Amino acid sequence: MEHISIIPQTITTVLGIPITNTLLTSWLVVAVLCVFAIIISLKIKEIPGKIQSAVEIIIETFMNFLETIGGSREIAERYFPFVATIFFFVLTANWFGILPGIGSIGFHGENDEFVAFFRSVNSDLNMTLALSILTVTVSHIVGFVYVGAKGHITKFLNFKNPITLFAGILEAVGEISKIISLSFRLFGNVFAGEVLLVIISFLVPYIAPIPFLGMELFVGLIQALIFAVLAMVAFSSFSTSHEEHEGHHKTTSNTSPNMVELAEKV
Amino acid sequence: MEVDTLKTLSAAIAIGLGSFGPGIGIGILAGKAMEAIGRNPEAAPKIQTAMILAIAFAEAIAIYALVVALIIKFV
Repeated sequence: MEHISIIPQTITTVLGIPITNTLLTSWLVVAVLCVFAIIISLKIKEIPGKIQSAVEIIIETFMNFLETIGGSREIAERYFPFVATIFFFVLTANWFGILPGIGSIGFHGENDEFVAFFRSVNSDLNMTLALSILTVTVSHIVGFVYVGAKGHITKFLNFKNPITLFAGILEAVGEISKIISLSFRLFGNVFAGEVLLVIISFLVPYIAPIPFLGMELFVGLIQALIFAVLAMVAFSSFSTSHEEHEGHHKTTSNTSPNMVELAEKV
Repeated sequence: MEVDTLKTLSAAIAIGLGSFGPGIGIGILAGKAMEAIGRNPEAAPKIQTAMILAIAFAEAIAIYALVVALIIKFV
């Protein structure tokens, strides 16, 4: 039976820092994305060719999607770099995990355990935790920048009356739970998908893994989307103060359902 | 009972019971979304987007249960 380990396996150590197989795969993903971006950006023309228009379609679609979530085009454009980076990184990382060779080519380490050279990036809790801590920290920094230190702290520590104080403390606890839920959602989906693929390939190596690979494709896309959407919701909810938020409700009532309002009800 | 038996059993129970709630939740969500689309077919894309988002939230709970089961089994 294949050895499935929840902990990423170390391949080597460099200057005392262990290099795990998920880290190697994440470097590979970053390299592929950077090379692709550089190649596209070298030949940008006024009248786009096929590849450039395909990339433009993808970016435009994602920008429109973020607009429905953030509320306005301006907010979507403001946070697009960070959120789109998260989306494309997580998407590419998830889809790389399905490629043949990732997770199957390796060596036998100690205890005769099979150690793959590459492993799906987000099947490592360290990676997803890093992403989620980064996202939540940046959302708070965004709050400080756009609403001011006082406005941002007031959301969590509001001494007007005991009710708002309690609600504020609950919000603070909610931030911790946001970190945990973001990381565990991505980790659980990708790791469970990996385990599923290993077991199915062990039981019936031919033909049967095909629907599961298809499901992995779908799940990878959805999870990348969810992570990006939640990041966007966190950013846009922290960059509006409470009074502005009331007006926000009224002005956007005739447009598409605002994801910020949806998430705040969750 | 040996520890190994208990481990396997508890992993199975963790994921088995843990997927009750999300299963029902997702069913209710999708049902309401179907109703809404039936009433107003023009708003279908918006409803669909919101539905997929909410389903991912509900599914996350099942994923937490799955992670616990995997930790019990493999660690």
